[in-house]
Amino acid sequence: MGNDAGSPSRKSAAQVRPKEIVVLSGKGGTGKTTVLAGLAHLAAQELSLVLADADVDAANLELVVGAEVQRREEFRGGQVAVVDAEGCTTCGRCAEVCRFGAILAGKPYGVDRVLCEGCRVCFYECPAGAVRMEESLDGHWYVSRSRYGWLVHGDLRAGRENSGKLVALVKKEARRLAQEEHARLLLVDGPPGIGCPAIASLSGADLALMVTEPTVAGVHDLERIVGLARHFRVPMALCLNKADLSATWRWEVERFCAREEIALAGSIPFDRQVVEAMLQGRPVTACGNGPAAQAIFRLWEALRAMVEV
Amino acid sequence: MRITVASGKGGTGKTTVAVALALSLARTMPSGTVLLVDADVEAPNAHLFLHPVWERREEFTQPIPEVDRERCTGCGRCAEVCSDHAIAVFSSAGQGQRPIVLVFPELCRGCGSCQRACPEGAIREVPRRTGVIEEGRAGPIRFARGVLDVGQAMARPLIRRLKDRARGHEGVVILDAPPGTACPVVHAMHGADYVLLVTEPTPFGEHDLRLAAGVARELGIPAGVLINRDGIGDGRVEAFCEENGLPILMRIPFDRGIAAAYAEGVALPIAFPEYRERFVALYEAIRKAGDG
Repeated sequence: MGNDAGSPSRKSAAQVRPKEIVVLSGKGGTGKTTVLAGLAHLAAQELSLVLADADVDAANLELVVGAEVQRREEFRGGQVAVVDAEGCTTCGRCAEVCRFGAILAGKPYGVDRVLCEGCRVCFYECPAGAVRMEESLDGHWYVSRSRYGWLVHGDLRAGRENSGKLVALVKKEARRLAQEEHARLLLVDGPPGIGCPAIASLSGADLALMVTEPTVAGVHDLERIVGLARHFRVPMALCLNKADLSATWRWEVERFCAREEIALAGSIPFDRQVVEAMLQGRPVTACGNGPAAQAIFRLWEALRAMVEV
Repeated sequence: MRITVASGKGGTGKTTVAVALALSLARTMPSGTVLLVDADVEAPNAHLFLHPVWERREEFTQPIPEVDRERCTGCGRCAEVCSDHAIAVFSSAGQGQRPIVLVFPELCRGCGSCQRACPEGAIREVPRRTGVIEEGRAGPIRFARGVLDVGQAMARPLIRRLKDRARGHEGVVILDAPPGTACPVVHAMHGADYVLLVTEPTPFGEHDLRLAAGVARELGIPAGVLINRDGIGDGRVEAFCEENGLPILMRIPFDRGIAAAYAEGVALPIAFPEYRERFVALYEAIRKAGDG
């Protein structure tokens, strides 16, 4: 933030970097996509925005914001080793140097494509030069028209690595689009967890919105994702989903927020309309004005004040 | 018998099911027969429901290169062979100055290529901590988990080590997998006799079940489905299972009481003992399918 501190009256839309909010949770299934889709629907009524789905191995955002694919690109993130049957002398050097248990002994030797990490150590060490590296098609990424603006998303082919790389690519493309289209806001739907893809989706964001639930597991994982955002110095806000599930754990979340000095920007009660809306393939805010929709509206008001859009 | 409990989507109830299965089975078997492995190393939660007593704790480290600046000639071979771009060499730092080698530990997967490739023998490997592995007992259940340190990127090596640990176990291994369908999940499924896919009957649940079932199929592991929060959505999960010959082994209804017990950290068969028999029956169904 603060890169547009110059003279606000003269800045053109082109010079303003879009504000970036990433939605994360640590624990899966707390409602990241539901919250983000609601925010997208509300934001789109007032300003231009770009969406990115950074949960590339279980991308769901398109199911509720719609996606007409305009551009489809291959994602080649890694390599796998292949042993050439002709050249292999079965000396076993590859198996000796591989630290990932990916070499299958035999005549000739083979490679377990699931376990191979593409590190190339066998390629370099094979005395017969019988190992070659093959590029693997790890997935695709797309630029689509959603109902609320451009959506950049990806799908990692099942079981592939490099989800962090694909997330970084999706984010980079979304940022480029947001700049080009003079969008004021970039909303990123993050992956669960705290590892590589979560780190990639967090980096460079103006605000990380942590969506949690008042459960013992929700709070446990919240502490970890908050630790991660602190580590990368990304400002945070918190949204409590299914807020009325447990008074005890709701209180724990509030106490945690106070201790960590994180704003509790929203509190969404359990509402059957959330699933109803999902079944219709729309954000809950676009399906009536129930308790969840109202809560997301208040959340949006709070967030836009925080990131100044 | 090795059962991996997985799901594409997060929060569908993997941990609830893995814990319930372990608790229910442990009552019918000699103490120590059931081993529960929490392999969701980024967000491990099973311990919150089982309160294990820890018996062993071990730091998990990955090897990273350390460069001896006296011996390094700045040839750059290490950077050339590194597929992770985890090492960079600046050979012409200045007249009469030693080359500068930068190692980026977060990117290094510890394959050992740089150390092997260095013609001067200037690289040795040093351990770098990325998490912990903890083992203990929760009553008759043996329990193991991995916890990735906050700020660390690579979950997979830790999951692999955790699985190596479980390999020697003779009884039943129940492995609670991370969400998603990327490589950590594949590692969690690899080597299992059966994959139990936990889902919910919603569009998100179905979409991600499709992906997770695809991984199990690609690995050639038999799989079955448990529908959690049955009743909240529609029939699309059933339709998918039908089309793809995936058996629906069990249903847990959507119920405020179950959700509330989960929120407080009370395991399902403890809050609702009638589930014990149902989970034992689930195991029998899995055992038959896994053997056949």
